Amino acid sequence: MEGIRPDRRRILFSGAAGLGSLLPVCDGFAGSAPGRKVGGSVECLTYRVQRMLLGANRLAREYSEADITANFRANGTTDPSDNDYRRLVSNGFADWRLRVDGLVDNLLALSLTDLRALPARTQITRHDCVEGWSCIGQWTGPPLSEVLVRAGVKAQARYAVFHCADIMEGGGAAPNLDNRAIRYYESIDLIDAYHPQTILAYAMNGRPLPIANGAPLRLRVERQLGYKMAKYLMRIELVHSLTGIGDGKGGYWEDRGYDWYAGI
Amino acid sequence: MARTARSHLIYRHSATVRLTHWINVLCLTLLLMSGLQIFNAHPALYLGEQSDFAHPVLSITAEQNGGDVVGITTIFNRRFTTTGLLGASKFSGEDAVRAFPSWATLPSGQDLATARRWHFLFAWVFVLNGFVYLVSSFASGHLQRDLVPSASGLRGIGHLLLDHMRLRFPKGEEARHYNVLQQLTYLLVVFLLLPIVVLAGLTMSPGLDAAFQPLLDVFGGRQTARTIHFIAAASILLFVILHVAVVIRSGMFNNLRAMVTGRYDLEGGR
Repeated sequence: MEGIRPDRRRILFSGAAGLGSLLPVCDGFAGSAPGRKVGGSVECLTYRVQRMLLGANRLAREYSEADITANFRANGTTDPSDNDYRRLVSNGFADWRLRVDGLVDNLLALSLTDLRALPARTQITRHDCVEGWSCIGQWTGPPLSEVLVRAGVKAQARYAVFHCADIMEGGGAAPNLDNRAIRYYESIDLIDAYHPQTILAYAMNGRPLPIANGAPLRLRVERQLGYKMAKYLMRIELVHSLTGIGDGKGGYWEDRGYDWYAGI
Repeated sequence: MARTARSHLIYRHSATVRLTHWINVLCLTLLLMSGLQIFNAHPALYLGEQSDFAHPVLSITAEQNGGDVVGITTIFNRRFTTTGLLGASKFSGEDAVRAFPSWATLPSGQDLATARRWHFLFAWVFVLNGFVYLVSSFASGHLQRDLVPSASGLRGIGHLLLDHMRLRFPKGEEARHYNVLQQLTYLLVVFLLLPIVVLAGLTMSPGLDAAFQPLLDVFGGRQTARTIHFIAAASILLFVILHVAVVIRSGMFNNLRAMVTGRYDLEGGR
């Protein structure tokens, strides 16, 4: 086995010795607006208890090929209308790059070819939507940890934030010209970010990821609900605090009342 | 007169039983209403791990029929028109497409995020409250003494059931202790129905499924767990309706006083 890179060693160490050091304090996401105070404490309690029960590496169930549904429901944005995105689609995402920035040692801009060259994981898992339904599908892509290791995550980083191409609000007629457009965004803690089943999927059911499911790249966080698994990934930003992201609750739906910790 | 009346009064419910009972009333009410709001976000139930969208075991939908919105409830492919209650009902005076009507849900308008917050807050209170009840009832001997049926009690169950159906309830010495129907019902609710509703609910959590994968096997998959959670909740509602009916018919004031102050009149009172 080749020597373990220093940054990798740090991950292994923190996984074994200091779960606590990776756990963000709850007020980072649970909100301080009066109306959300109680809800935030409950979310914090649920988060703490689940983190205690889950540990860092408990795996979500993986299913067999026979379980894969032919009718996997695509939810949220299913066909982004953004002009920039359409241009990327038109030449098969050859110009698409995944930027990795924020609290990292090396800024990355990875093409699909770069991502396909990384060690990949294939997993057949159940996707649970916050609405209540579930679908089983197969996902392939590099573990997010492979990308984070190459970027070299700085010690102050506590969250991975995902910036997406799909416009949720304020697009207007010529969406890419309007800087005020709100595009989908999400975030997870570093425990989930380094979890072995947390992958950047470029393939679904053995084929390139369809547009409806987030082409060219989507996140899979198998111990959480569907809205955490950002589609149409453009950029991963490592941050210390979620304050500067959207309205500060860590995600598009979180800023509209949903829990940041979607483990239930 | 006053002396005789007072001598019929017994101390029936401990402070812990009374307190946990009323906290339970609050929790179950809010859990049911927020649960119905959560259900409205995807008003269909399935069997197995995942959703076979074309074949739900139950669905509550709406269809356009000319100018009217018609509520349709489908159970195992049998369709029922349920306009006004299920599928389509009035909200703020307007026709609205919604599975459960606004008066039954929390919040009343479509709002999954807020319903989840209510649900999880009161789920925690409910579970902690249940834990307090169980530990204190076991420690005080209430469970062993009052809820375990005796052999003679079990033999008299047919007779007692007939009496209940005729709305005749035990009085005097016979009313000093829980009768066998009460014992069996409370045991069923406390040790089967309530644990099932909690565990089936937790099985819907992708986080807890990873922590305890066997949960998925116990309940036959996440979507079956969701269906069982719904059926268990409906069963709890059925129990509450029967319970309240018996409370009213067997002396509402006396029963309420017993559950508020602890004092119960063996002769029934009002």
